[in-house]
Amino acid sequence: MFAHTLPPSPFDHGEDASVIPPEAERPEAPVILVRDLSFSYGDSLVLEQVNLSITPGEFVGLVGPNAGGKSTLLKLILGLLAPQTGQIRVLGQPPRQVTRRIGYVPQFPSFPRDFPISVEQAVAMGRLGIGPMLGWQRAADRDAARRALEEVEALDLARRRIGTLSGGQLQRVLLARALAGEPEILILDEPTANIDQRVESDVFDLLAVLNRRLTILLVSHDIAFISDYVSRVACLNRTLIYHGTDAVNAETIQQLYGGHVRLVAHRHSR
Amino acid sequence: MSEFLSALSEHAFLQTALLAGLLASLGCGVIGTFVVVKRIAFMAGGIAHSVLGGMGAALYYGFDPLLGALLAAILSALLIGTVRLFWKMQEDTLIGALWAIGMAVGILFIAKTPGYATDLMSFLFGNILLVPTRELWFMAGLDLVLMLTVALFYRQFLAVTFDEEFARLRGVPVTFFYLLLLCLVAVTVVLLIQVVGLILVIALLTLPAAIAGHYVHSLGGMMVIATLLGGLFTSLGLGLSYGPDLPAGPTMILLAGGVYVLSALLSRFLTWRGALRQATRA
Repeated sequence: MFAHTLPPSPFDHGEDASVIPPEAERPEAPVILVRDLSFSYGDSLVLEQVNLSITPGEFVGLVGPNAGGKSTLLKLILGLLAPQTGQIRVLGQPPRQVTRRIGYVPQFPSFPRDFPISVEQAVAMGRLGIGPMLGWQRAADRDAARRALEEVEALDLARRRIGTLSGGQLQRVLLARALAGEPEILILDEPTANIDQRVESDVFDLLAVLNRRLTILLVSHDIAFISDYVSRVACLNRTLIYHGTDAVNAETIQQLYGGHVRLVAHRHSR
Repeated sequence: MSEFLSALSEHAFLQTALLAGLLASLGCGVIGTFVVVKRIAFMAGGIAHSVLGGMGAALYYGFDPLLGALLAAILSALLIGTVRLFWKMQEDTLIGALWAIGMAVGILFIAKTPGYATDLMSFLFGNILLVPTRELWFMAGLDLVLMLTVALFYRQFLAVTFDEEFARLRGVPVTFFYLLLLCLVAVTVVLLIQVVGLILVIALLTLPAAIAGHYVHSLGGMMVIATLLGGLFTSLGLGLSYGPDLPAGPTMILLAGGVYVLSALLSRFLTWRGALRQATRA
């Protein structure tokens, strides 16, 4: 919706070669590489000529208005959707072949809250695809689940039923499920949309710690908040432009959201 | 009831009936739990009813109706599952159509087969007292297939019923296991048809598991409790119907239905009282 009312100018230069840093500036191969990607649902073009390159160890925040294509881009990177034009490489391979090496935290839990399952069992499902295929959950999977819960400081919830958790607790458990599979990349879709601000900063502090060993791609609508934490912000509204956190200013936000957004003052701690 | 117990030791057909009920409850407990937590009762109903097509055709061409039922149940499970996975827009209408088409085909076949009336009634409402001994072996075989499949792929079935999207991301072949689960539902339907008939199958497939779900909060626990409840309802229903010479199937279902309604009210009351206690303590 926003895409059609926006002036095209800020995005015209967004797809040139400068978006992907030249080879010399990249010491390591990108963990996520998106090239000339376009995607549409029926008649509506959701993504147009998107280019994105994420190097190991980065913490990239993907922001943009609702219906700007953020979730679609994530689904394509996760291999849940197939690109119509363009190319995606994750860890150097087509997404479908490496989804097990990605930890994914969805915006909304895609399961019924009243499902009869304990937190520990739900987290252990992050281990699927590791080890032998047949049989019950093994002790090794339970241990990994408990380690992941400990890492997100939610080990005390292990025996609880999933339906009894608060929004913030559930978010930690979903993060633990993603970590249980020992991923190399962590992808989060609006992880803090349904929790209050205090818990939100706890989650981000946790992500900052995880970023020491994982590459993180995080979708958010809250550009002001995430720029304190991420190493780079990518702005997506059908097409993609991105910059370091310092470049996120009132003008960018206006371009992106069409000028209806208050700019919240925030500090850059790093 | 005491009349039933004394008759039970004398008549082999009553012992066979009791065993048939117990064999059926194993399927209804294990697969019924998946049906309840995955909320696919409507699809299970569609599978159960369209089975009549296969039974009618088998009868007409002179095969064992149960074999026809098994083939038709699996075919209809695959059709309904494919509709659900790839044609979401009109899922309920399409399942409803398959449901009705299956029944219509069955009734046409049965109408053209001589001596249809008694067969039709026992297909629709079951006749546990007429289960031949060799069919017990058939039922035991189906149970074995069910248990083995669920035990071997327990984590995959759990993942697919809990969270399809996440299961797919973990490399689980979701489409395959979803269709396999529906095939297991189809096998269970065939197990239960002997006992309560295809119209009432859906009750034994859902009610024991739903009652169990009121009190236990793990999939395995639900399976155990639902199997025990299924055994209780079929045995007690058989016993209660024997004295006054009532049809056994509907007696079992009324029993299960009555307990379900009471249990739903009770669990509602317990939740309400728990909330009240929390509120007054605060």
